[in-house]
Amino acid sequence: MLSAQDLFITFNPGTPIETRALRGMSLEIPAGQFVTVIGSNGAGKSTFLNAISGDLGVDTGRIAIDGLDVTRRPVWERAERVARVFQDPMAGTCEDLTIEENMALAQQRGTRRGLRGAVKQAERAMFRERLATLGLGLENRLTDRIGLLSGGQRQAVSLLMAALQPSRILLLDEHTAALDPRTADFVLQLTARIVAENQLTTMMVTHSMRQALDVGQRTVMLHQGQVVLDVSGEERQRMDVPDLLQMFEKVRGEKLADDALLLG
Amino acid sequence: MSLFSLLGAVEIGLIFSLVALGVYISFRLLRFPDLTVDGSFPLGGAVCAILISTGTNPWLATLAATAAGAVAGLVTGWLNVKLKIMDLLASILMMIALYSINLRVMGGPNVPLINDPTLFTLLQPPGLDDYWARPLILLVVVIAAKLLLDWFFATERGLAIRSTGSNARMARAQGINTGAMVLLGMAISNALVGLAGALFAQTQGGSDISMGIGTIVIGLAAVIVGESILPSRRIVYATLAVIVGAIVYRFFIAAALNSDFIGLKAQDLNLVTALLVTVALVIPQLKRKLASRKA
Repeated sequence: MLSAQDLFITFNPGTPIETRALRGMSLEIPAGQFVTVIGSNGAGKSTFLNAISGDLGVDTGRIAIDGLDVTRRPVWERAERVARVFQDPMAGTCEDLTIEENMALAQQRGTRRGLRGAVKQAERAMFRERLATLGLGLENRLTDRIGLLSGGQRQAVSLLMAALQPSRILLLDEHTAALDPRTADFVLQLTARIVAENQLTTMMVTHSMRQALDVGQRTVMLHQGQVVLDVSGEERQRMDVPDLLQMFEKVRGEKLADDALLLG
Repeated sequence: MSLFSLLGAVEIGLIFSLVALGVYISFRLLRFPDLTVDGSFPLGGAVCAILISTGTNPWLATLAATAAGAVAGLVTGWLNVKLKIMDLLASILMMIALYSINLRVMGGPNVPLINDPTLFTLLQPPGLDDYWARPLILLVVVIAAKLLLDWFFATERGLAIRSTGSNARMARAQGINTGAMVLLGMAISNALVGLAGALFAQTQGGSDISMGIGTIVIGLAAVIVGESILPSRRIVYATLAVIVGAIVYRFFIAAALNSDFIGLKAQDLNLVTALLVTVALVIPQLKRKLASRKA
């Protein structure tokens, strides 16, 4: 369960390049809900996500995850509650480490790291089992460096890693944007499956209106650092991409100039 | 080259393999360009020599030198992590500070250990010449250090340090306090260097303020030579590689300095080292160029 209240973030305040990225952003996500977040470039999607993960500190406002106020806590102290997949496939894994070492890192997310062996025999079998579900043959490559894998393969492993430990919220940051269309589709299907299987509370940022409506149960649109549209249930089921676009224009009272939203 | 100078080369090579292991941890695992070693090596020597010469047990003195090295590494890490000073600059600051600290510790530019007991005189097996005994004792120390590091970097905590160097953002997202891991890694790295300094002082008959000059380049040279002999990213092989690299490097230096026809003298050591490291750094680039021309 996530609760973000009245978040403000301003980059470079008081300078000519001042950017007001979040301007009173508020969002509540109940446990088990899968929310997609959409918006044009500069709408504040990534800033919002980084504020929740702790990569960015907020100027004012309050962030609570499952009732615990984490507003002033660093990333690593939130990790017990927050799982994350990055946009850049290189960012979510350690390329110098093997597949099993990367998975072991994720297996220990939110636990105390002591002097026990990092990769345990029993866990190795479980890793192999999980990797086999991807159908990519990675279950036989546990001791390969993860840097040898393709972007799509690394993103798929990142998703598995995010689900190894329980989390109160899973953050997906345009995690299919850097992949080719076929691989992106595969990773999206995998996302839907893993989220459903583990009943994960999820927030997925995306550039694509199509994706935003196809997966999850609720769609939120951001503009200028605020929520401008929030649809779910039947209303959302009846919607198609042109409707979404129209609603956006109506809400903002202006023509949308960003083709990226349409083309994505 | 005589047997005597060969064993001498192995002896110094083994001592510097401890430096190389430390440099491997900072430069390769943490990706922290750490020049502290030019100060923590003589710091280890200074602490050890002054303690032994004032009557402390050599074991205790060596342990204290190792701890002093760890503290030096901690301070460099702290300058970087907490005070946000650029890594390279933080280590240079610490290196310069240690020059004064080392003079203070020794109370002068050097502390001789002539008739004092050392680890090596204590462990000297009867009937074995000391120029055989010293490399053998060092070999045991180096193997123990290697096995300890291999074990540690395969633990949960060790893996956390490796992930911090490889991808700090990802490490934090997995709940790792990366700042603390940098401090821990730097402490371990410089503890090894401090230990090497202590052993160096005990084999060379004392500690000297100038014994640290170029330590980092020798350590890096050993790492680079080792990696080109035995290229592997697996810790078990990588630690072996840097040890082999340190000994091979020292062997080449001894050969160069002992060949009368080249005309090199002991004072040319740092120049030869710099040249060797330059060559070792350029060779991979040339290899790549040649490979791309073929393709």
